[in-house]
Amino acid sequence: MMDKLIFGRYIPGDSLIHRLDPRTKLMSAIFFIIIIFLANNLWTYLALAVFVGLAVSLSQVSLKFFINGIKPLLWLILFTVILQVLFTSGQTIFFSWGPIILSKEGLINGGFIFMRFVLIIFMSTLLTLTTMPLSLSDAIEYLLRPFGKIGVPVHEIALMLSIALRFVPTLMDETEKIMNAQRARGIDFGEGNIYEQMKSIVPLLIPLFVSSFNRAEELATAMEARGYKGGEGRTKYRQLIWKRRDTLAMSSFVVLVAVLIVFRT
Amino acid sequence: MDIRFEEVGYTYQKGTPFQSRALYDINLSIKDASYTALVGHTGSGKSTVLQHLNALKKPTEGTITIGDRLITPTTDNKGLKSLRKKVGIVFQFPEAQLFEETIAKDIAFGPKNFGVSEEEAIERARVLLPQVGLDESFMERSPFDLSGGQMRRVAIAGVLAMEPEVLVLDEPTAGLDPQGRKEIMDMFYDLYKTQGLTIVLVTHQMDDVAHYADHMVILEQGTVKREGSPRELFRESEWLSSMQLGVPSTVAFALKLEDKFGWTFDRLPMSTDELALEIKKNLGGNVGERV
Repeated sequence: MMDKLIFGRYIPGDSLIHRLDPRTKLMSAIFFIIIIFLANNLWTYLALAVFVGLAVSLSQVSLKFFINGIKPLLWLILFTVILQVLFTSGQTIFFSWGPIILSKEGLINGGFIFMRFVLIIFMSTLLTLTTMPLSLSDAIEYLLRPFGKIGVPVHEIALMLSIALRFVPTLMDETEKIMNAQRARGIDFGEGNIYEQMKSIVPLLIPLFVSSFNRAEELATAMEARGYKGGEGRTKYRQLIWKRRDTLAMSSFVVLVAVLIVFRT
Repeated sequence: MDIRFEEVGYTYQKGTPFQSRALYDINLSIKDASYTALVGHTGSGKSTVLQHLNALKKPTEGTITIGDRLITPTTDNKGLKSLRKKVGIVFQFPEAQLFEETIAKDIAFGPKNFGVSEEEAIERARVLLPQVGLDESFMERSPFDLSGGQMRRVAIAGVLAMEPEVLVLDEPTAGLDPQGRKEIMDMFYDLYKTQGLTIVLVTHQMDDVAHYADHMVILEQGTVKREGSPRELFRESEWLSSMQLGVPSTVAFALKLEDKFGWTFDRLPMSTDELALEIKKNLGGNVGERV
């Protein structure tokens, strides 16, 4: 079940994209999601697709991973696209039956929404596939830093984030173990009616919560014992260094935005 | 109940880019009412084998016969419950599986899932608590108030309450104090002797293997390397250490004596008593009653 989950997984590698600064990659992904709404015709979408295609091929990660990243969201995408196709009215109507209308505009809109979904998912999958979760949380800490001035506890958020990321696989293992132990005691997960299925979750959830509480307590003790006193006056082991290639990567967005603005209608 | 593996292989995440082969070519049989020890270096596939013993995992190649059930890669997940009742597994650190409000309820949870009535299940808990070294006053307490060792005992009682025919133990004494270890291991041995339970023990404690098991299976990198009685296999101490395994302390001591004094041991000592007897024999048997 959980081993099929590709989203949020890191594939080690040494490509150009892997070596980019995590801040660059995070900002690129966010920026990309914003500028995707600039696109409104075939040419602009084509430009975005070429851009994403280039980034994907530079990352040297097999396309299979990206396609797998789409799979869990496939139903959401289809649902949205179909709604868009069936309920958009326009000038050229091919078919209509009550409120359901099949129009040229609807088809085009559906196609664009599909492209938007795929491109955004590809871009965010690219971010998680090529960036270690810990460097990602470093990047988030750095980018949030300005908000510290208005009282946002940036260090705490970053710390929680990196601890959470660190414990995702551990908790997954733990879940699997407890599931197995309860299955060996006669629980069938995912069988029976909804009420029975909900009931079978209890022997999984309670031990998971209890072990998380215990783990949190142990971790807090261990951190204190090693002299952790909060964010004030800490130095960093993992330094983020902005290189020339990061500037280059970010400036490629200037070109992209220029292309989008020129070609959009 | 016999368990037989034929040409069993298992691949994790088959068909994905992350697939990894954990087991291949496993042929082994666990006879009814035997005490089998499964040993091997960390990551040799012991835990994967263990999860096949009650069909928590199904082989991706080969077949497994558990009693009269045949498990193949295409076996349906439904109807495996009756199998899980017969093969009880005590997982590593089983205290993580406790969840009910009271200890009695938690012990009764397994039997109830297999259709035993509430009263009878609670009754079984009452009988089992003293067996695992706790008394009846624990019945109504919360499992989360106990010490780690006591929680372990409750979890073990919860598996025993299902009255399995085969008991699979994955390092049941890891993290317990020496006294607790011996008590628990002796209890399992007692069940094996008096109730004819089949026991499969996964462990790194060679002393336990020597002391309790009558059959030993050595796994290495996902396949069975050797199989036989502990007395036979412990003879090859050099081969064992090349597998990153050791020999029991009695054997280690005997081997040192062989080395130093040129003694020979016809029977490799599996316990301190046997070691004493062998030493006596080597000294000419004239040491008298003091040995």
